[in-house]
Amino acid sequence: MSTSPTTSTRAAGWSLTAPATLFFGLLLAVPLLLTFILSLQGFDANLGGILDSRSLHNYAAVLSDPYYYTIFLRTFVLSLLVTVLCVLIGVPEAYFLFRMRDPWRSLCLVMILGPLLISVVVRTLGWSILLGREGVINALLLKLGIIDHPLQMIFTFGAVTIAMVHVLVPLMVLSVWTSLTRLDPAVSQAARSLGAGRFKVMWRVVLPQITPGILSGSLIVFALTASAFATPALIGGRRLKVVATTAYDEFLGTLNWPLGAAIAIVLLLLNVAIIVGYNRAVERRFTRRLG
Amino acid sequence: MKNNDRNGAAALLFHLLFMVFILAPLVVVCLVAFTPNDFLSIPTRHFSLRWFVALWGDDDFTSAFKTSMLLGVFSATLSSALALPAAMGLARYRFPGRDAIHAFLLSPLMIPPVVLGIAFLRLFTLINMGGSFTSLVACHALLIFPYALRLIMAAFAGQADDAERAARSLGAGRWTTFRRITLPMIVPGLVGGWVLAFINSFDELTATIFVAAPATITLPVRIYMSMAETVDPMVAAVSTAIIALTLVAMLVLDRVYGLNKVLVGNH
Repeated sequence: MSTSPTTSTRAAGWSLTAPATLFFGLLLAVPLLLTFILSLQGFDANLGGILDSRSLHNYAAVLSDPYYYTIFLRTFVLSLLVTVLCVLIGVPEAYFLFRMRDPWRSLCLVMILGPLLISVVVRTLGWSILLGREGVINALLLKLGIIDHPLQMIFTFGAVTIAMVHVLVPLMVLSVWTSLTRLDPAVSQAARSLGAGRFKVMWRVVLPQITPGILSGSLIVFALTASAFATPALIGGRRLKVVATTAYDEFLGTLNWPLGAAIAIVLLLLNVAIIVGYNRAVERRFTRRLG
Repeated sequence: MKNNDRNGAAALLFHLLFMVFILAPLVVVCLVAFTPNDFLSIPTRHFSLRWFVALWGDDDFTSAFKTSMLLGVFSATLSSALALPAAMGLARYRFPGRDAIHAFLLSPLMIPPVVLGIAFLRLFTLINMGGSFTSLVACHALLIFPYALRLIMAAFAGQADDAERAARSLGAGRWTTFRRITLPMIVPGLVGGWVLAFINSFDELTATIFVAAPATITLPVRIYMSMAETVDPMVAAVSTAIIALTLVAMLVLDRVYGLNKVLVGNH
């Protein structure tokens, strides 16, 4: 591999990546551009749908109408809550898992990460069977005589939070696991032999080293919660709308495509801004500490 | 490792509760699928296959299953065919714009699927291809491309190009070198990438829901639609079938590529 690109490696690199790049241009760049143009157009159900005008009024509507910014706020709070919970349970789990021995270690890791390969709809179904009015938990509690009428668990904010944590916590475990495997066990052993207690080793030696893993896991969990559709739609129901389900309703329910497109573009921009901003902030912090 | 590195009782209890939390929803789905009753319940004494029999005769679910399988095969193949040269270009050559192209080709992971669904819907409506199977294949090929790319790139990165240089210096042509030397070395990555891409196509709901027409409804979309109305044991039965199929796919992945490498390395 040559370090300074010669004409031949340049041509080879470009021509090999050209088919995929062209495909992405046609199926990603063009559709996103079309969606942006759509978001500038007007809508009137009486005049036959999408109007051929160009303005930012859909964005003004999304940003000024309390109905919409409540939805954005709810999505933000949900994402924050899910991220915090994933850190609280995912980080210790990854650490305990790391200290286990094979075959248990590999087996548990596969059981935790395997569900990532199963459709979110299936994982969400489990929660709606557990938490429904005629669901398993209510049936059990009624049978045991702990309650005398079914609890309302499904279609609540709490239920959406729990189901989202279940869907995404494997990614936090994975992220922390990856940084744990890079850890040098000699450092922890040195700390122990110098008299540090078990808790102190975890807090002062292990935690600082796995912080990058926790931070990148948090970003993934946050971004995926913010754009989640299936779980909020099925567990939250009609009343507890989030951004993704609102965009869906505008498109396939009220058929106001331009407004739906504007919501989608805002969601995309916020997502990208959060990912880029977060990465910058984390990088700055770490370079300052190391440099 | 020394004894003082072992987990204490509290840690093991936490671990146990965590595993119950992760597995309970999936186990419950599988149990409910075997209920002999008409309503959701966990069977205690009698287990029945009636919901699987009903599922077999249900045209909506069986045709959605066929659509999903075909869609997965076609889109994973298209995706891998595009990802193979791209991965080779990105892994083996340094050229201007390489990082930008790499980021562009991984970007479907960063874009909310709702946004992609809306963008696909807009494109295919404008060119009058809305809801066609071909349009679904194209959308899925884009969505799952990053998974195929990453595994194939990892395969290229794991192999030194010494053997290729040797073949070239001994007089083999570009194509012969690729076919006889390069391709055999990256087959595990290619197969692993294909299977992972297939699984992700098979699981995809959010973007597909925008572009699927009644004739091209996929299995996750069908499950979503019936769950939005009512949750009955039939949905649990079809979900159980999906869980079983995923386990089979995991075994295949483990054989050809190594499951831990797919799950952990895919990060």
